[in-house]
Parts: sequence; C-alpha cells; structure tokens
Amino acid sequence: MEKFKKIVGIAAPFTRINVDTDLIIPAESLKTISRKGLGKDLFSYIRFNENGSQNNKFILNQPNYKNSKILVTGKNFGCGSSREHAVWALKDFGIKCLIGTEFADIFYNNCFKNGVLAIILDSKKVEKIIKIVSSSKNSELEIDLESQTVKTKQNEIINFDILPYLKRNLLEGVDDISKTLEKKKLIDEYEFDMKKKYPWLEKKNG
Amino acid sequence: MSENKSPKTLFDKIWKNHVIDNIDESNSLLYIDLHLVHEVTSPQAFEGLRLSKRNVRQPDKTFAVPDHNVPTVNRDKIEDELSKKQLKALEKNTKDFGVSYFPIDDIRQGIVHIIGPEQGLTQPGMTIVCGDSHTSTHGAFGALAFGIGTSEVEHVLATQTLLQKPAKNMRINLNGKTQKGVTAKDLILGLIGKIGTAGGTGHVIEYAGSAIKNLSMEGRMTICNMSIEAGARAGLIAPDETTFNYIKGRNFAPKEDWDQALKFWKSLPSDETAKYDNEEILEVNKLEPQVTWGTSPQDVCSIKGQVPNPENEKDLNKRQSIINSLEYMGLKPGTKLEDIKLDQVFIGSCTNSRIEDLREAANIVKGKSVKTKAMVVPGSGLVRQQAEEEGLDKIFKEAGFEWRESGCSMCLAMNADKLKPGERCASTSNRNFEGRQGKGGRTHLVSPIMAAAAAISGRLTDVREFI
Repeated sequence: MEKFKKIVGIAAPFTRINVDTDLIIPAESLKTISRKGLGKDLFSYIRFNENGSQNNKFILNQPNYKNSKILVTGKNFGCGSSREHAVWALKDFGIKCLIGTEFADIFYNNCFKNGVLAIILDSKKVEKIIKIVSSSKNSELEIDLESQTVKTKQNEIINFDILPYLKRNLLEGVDDISKTLEKKKLIDEYEFDMKKKYPWLEKKNG
Repeated sequence: MSENKSPKTLFDKIWKNHVIDNIDESNSLLYIDLHLVHEVTSPQAFEGLRLSKRNVRQPDKTFAVPDHNVPTVNRDKIEDELSKKQLKALEKNTKDFGVSYFPIDDIRQGIVHIIGPEQGLTQPGMTIVCGDSHTSTHGAFGALAFGIGTSEVEHVLATQTLLQKPAKNMRINLNGKTQKGVTAKDLILGLIGKIGTAGGTGHVIEYAGSAIKNLSMEGRMTICNMSIEAGARAGLIAPDETTFNYIKGRNFAPKEDWDQALKFWKSLPSDETAKYDNEEILEVNKLEPQVTWGTSPQDVCSIKGQVPNPENEKDLNKRQSIINSLEYMGLKPGTKLEDIKLDQVFIGSCTNSRIEDLREAANIVKGKSVKTKAMVVPGSGLVRQQAEEEGLDKIFKEAGFEWRESGCSMCLAMNADKLKPGERCASTSNRNFEGRQGKGGRTHLVSPIMAAAAAISGRLTDVREFI
C-alpha cells in the first residue's frame, strides 16, 4: 500500500452532510474490474450538468479548488454502500486526505486500506478549518501524520488523534495480507479447534 | 478468571469466539465463517490474489453469486458489454479459485443476502462478511454479519480472517404491538427517523423487545438489513425458536449434528445483566405506515404527514440538507404525502423481496389494477418459483405488474431497470439517495404493502384503506 507521511495541498470545503458513496461514485461507474481510472466519475452526478458540461457551482470545479488534495467534509461522509470505488475515485482524482467530524465505518476502513488519511476532529475545529480554507488565499494546508498535525497557511497548528495501528500502517505502507499470513500458524490452530467445537460449520452441501 | 464470568452481550460472545489474535486494544484478527461474494466488489480482489500468487484459503466457506448486474428479463442475452465483462470475470474467478458458485441460470441464483439464509448457509453465532453493506441482513439469525470493502474481500479470500476494531454495543428495544398495516419495514424506517443515519456509527445494534420477538424471520431480516442505513456496523437479533424453525431442513443446515448446533445456538443470546454502551427505546403501538420524502433514509415520516418546511429547522446544515432534498425530489413544503403522484412502483431488493413480502403485497393487489408502471423482482429463483406455485405471479400480472427474474434490479439501477430523470417511484428498497434508482430518479421508500397500495392508486397511499 502507498505510504502517507506528509502532504501540502489545497483543501476544499464540501460541507454537505450525509454524503453517501452513491453520490461519491454512482452505481453505473462500478462496472469495472480495475481499481484505476475512476477519478473522472468522482461525484459525477453533481460535478457535471445534464449535457456533460461542468457544474461551476460544485466546489471541485471552482478554479481555486480544482487541484485539491484535501477534502473537508460534512457530518457522516461516506455513508451507505460499502463500495471501495468511492475511495479509489477520490484518490484517482487527487484527494489524499479527508477531514471531518465523523465518517461512516466502512468508508473509513476503506480509506486506510488505500493510503488515504481520514482525520476526525471535533466540530469546532472542523468549522474553523472550513472557515479558513474557504478563503482562497488560505486554502492550503499541511498535513503531517508523524506529528499528527494540520498546519494552516498562517502557521496555526491543529492536533488530531488517530489509532496507533492506523498511523503505523499509513506511515509504513503496510500490506495487511502479508502481515496476517505471518500468523498462519495461529489461523491453522484456530481452525483445528473450531472443527472439534463446531463440527457442523465444516459440512458441505448435503 | 472474573472476565469470563462477566455478563456478555450476543455480540461479545460471537466476537470472543472468533478472535484469533488481539493485535492491540483497537485491532483484532477475527476468523470469518462465511464469505459471500458478488460480481461488483470482487474482481479487483481476485486480481490482487493473482498478482501476489495467493490462493483462496477456504473455497468451501466462500459462496459467489451474480446479482447486481444481472438483467431481470431476457437473461440469456446480456446486452450491456461492461456488465457482461463483470459477470464473466466472476464466473472465471470462481472457477480458477474453486469457489462455490450459483450461476445466473441456476434456480438458486438470487440476491446474495436472500440466498444465504435461503440455503441455510446463514446460521447463529457465525461471522459473515460480504463486499456489500447490506450484509447486515444476516444478523437476523444472531450472526455477526457486516459489509466490507474490496481490499478486505481480498484479505478474507487469502486468509479467512479480517482485521477489526471491536464495536460498541447498542440495544434498541422495540416495545408494544404494531397496528395493522404496519410492517417490519415501517419499524426500521421509523427507527432510522428517530436515531438518524449516523445514530449507530461504531456500534452493533441488537434489536430486542416484544415487537421483534413477534416478527417472522423475513421481518427480522428487513430490520437488520437496514441497520447500515442507521450507520451501524451490524444488526443483531437473538436466535430463538422462530430462527431455528426457519433454518431446520435447509440445504446447508446442520443435519446429524443438529442437536449439538442447537445447544450452542441457545447459549448465544445476551446475558440478562449484560451492559450496553447505548440503549434506545421505540414504542411501536402508535407507529403508522412510514414513507420517506427526502434523499436520506432518515427523511421519513408517517404517510399521514406532510413534506417538512426547512424554515422550521434551526441547524443550518440540516436546513440546507432539507432544501437540497426537496429541490431534488421536486416537492414543496406542506404537501400532503398522500397527494404525491407516482410514475413507478418497485417491489424487490434484499430488504423486501422474500416470499412473505410478495404474499402480503399480492394480497393487497388481488383483483385490482395498477395506475403506474410497476414491477416485482423476486429475491431469488427459489422465491420466484415458490411464488408461482402459490399463484402470486398471476395476481401481480393480472393487476398489471411486470413479473421479473431475480436480482438487485432497480434498488441500485446497475442493470437496465432504472428510473428516468424526474420519474418518481415508491420502492421497497433501502436507499432513497440522489440517483440511486437512476440519475435524476426520485425514490420514496415504503413497505411492500404500501408499495402495492401505491401502485393501485397511482400516488403515495395509506395501505390501511385497503385492509
């Protein structure tokens, strides 16, 4: 997995609440067998007009936020469908970090499996960041995972918490599967015990 | 060993039974008993296995079925090239890796969350995952079941385990007796209206109380199915005689070791003095049939209600959200829900396409005619067959419904079944998100009998007028 250490980039305020993964990437864009190339369909139903032209009202179409690397989100971002395509699309578009008060569970997991940092802050801090980055001359933020800080253009520092294993995984770009396969012996032992304890779970179609 | 004696919830017990390794206090390696797979969220996972030269650890605990993309008519010829490619990929992947597979022409094919329980694969005390958020459905059996992303699908395929953060326990008691015309769908919609779409975030919800105890397995599945719409990781209902009777005799159910399994299943319900991190109560006596008016499942009220006025909402973000919803839905504040005219009615999806749903809807429709375009998409080939044996297909067809073959269909509009921009639909599915049933389509979530009544009157309707 791609590592995440530090990024400096434009942060776009997208304050809509309950943004679901269908809105992030609609079902018609899921007919793919690849993880790549989904950025073009990111938020497609609200990013583009009926005739395919850009919706200039949408934040990521506005000149200052076109190349955003950070999205500051409303409450409960990423709710609904488990589609990892939502994170693939954000990442392919160039978004490497999200900041919000609350993310839906499956979406949050999916971010960290793809080297995307989702930062949870209390609503006062998120509102403050939204206020700051809404001014185009101050929309750049520096995110440093090692020191767990968000730094504004005015050198104001906002600290964030993160679970230690999520931090480590991102910093090291850990491949979860390889790490779990190192525990093969434990899994073997578990399965051996389970066969004795719950024999009916081993039965095939009968 | 005081810890072992401390009272436990159903969730605690299943969790403890499946932990292989506690990596740290917020991360455990959990064994997965059953992995369900469909065509949309699995191709990248199988590709990952190929690239790293890994196998599926337990092909016998992995079951795949195509459901999201499949056409519900003319199934022998799939016209959408991209859908065809994804369906072919599933077929090849299951063959290459030796995974059990129910192909499109198999009578057992259907929506993944319908066929798990139908085949007896879903059993109490199990851990069940699938690359699909509605995996929460299986919690109706007292199994810990939740949706995962594709990276996690690959992890489970390769290791039969998953890295998980322990969830918090929430219990919701649904007390009282429901009025006639009020179904499991109304209970869960009413509950989401109360706690909101993030009300369950970080939690596993255990549904309890007399209103749950009295539900059939079909109703319980409808409740647990929409746990994800309350933001919960999973929903759970304690297994009881209703559960055991449903499982007994099914294809993959325990046979010669039934008694041993039953003894274990009976040990699973939460201990009486178990502690929960959060509790909620919903009194169901006065609950009326529910309808959504907006673009989030929490935008819901009684069919007797009106479209809300954003001016009455003090929270600015919420007010903006209502304004956006009403604009998208083409609705004006103060409009009576019963006055909202419809273009289509959809009865189907993993929420409401089981035999009981179809029986109840057919009962409302019988001898009447629809005023909208309307279709029924049974949840599986076997549900369809059963319905035809009972003559339900005839009732629906005579009333003007289309009688389709099984799949996810217009719940998420990945196949040809979708709304056109601006079309309005009463739907038994689970999400009224913008564009969910087709770009620009407008969805009102309802129960199967409410959908049936809506089709007959051509507008959102109180089904109690038909009972």
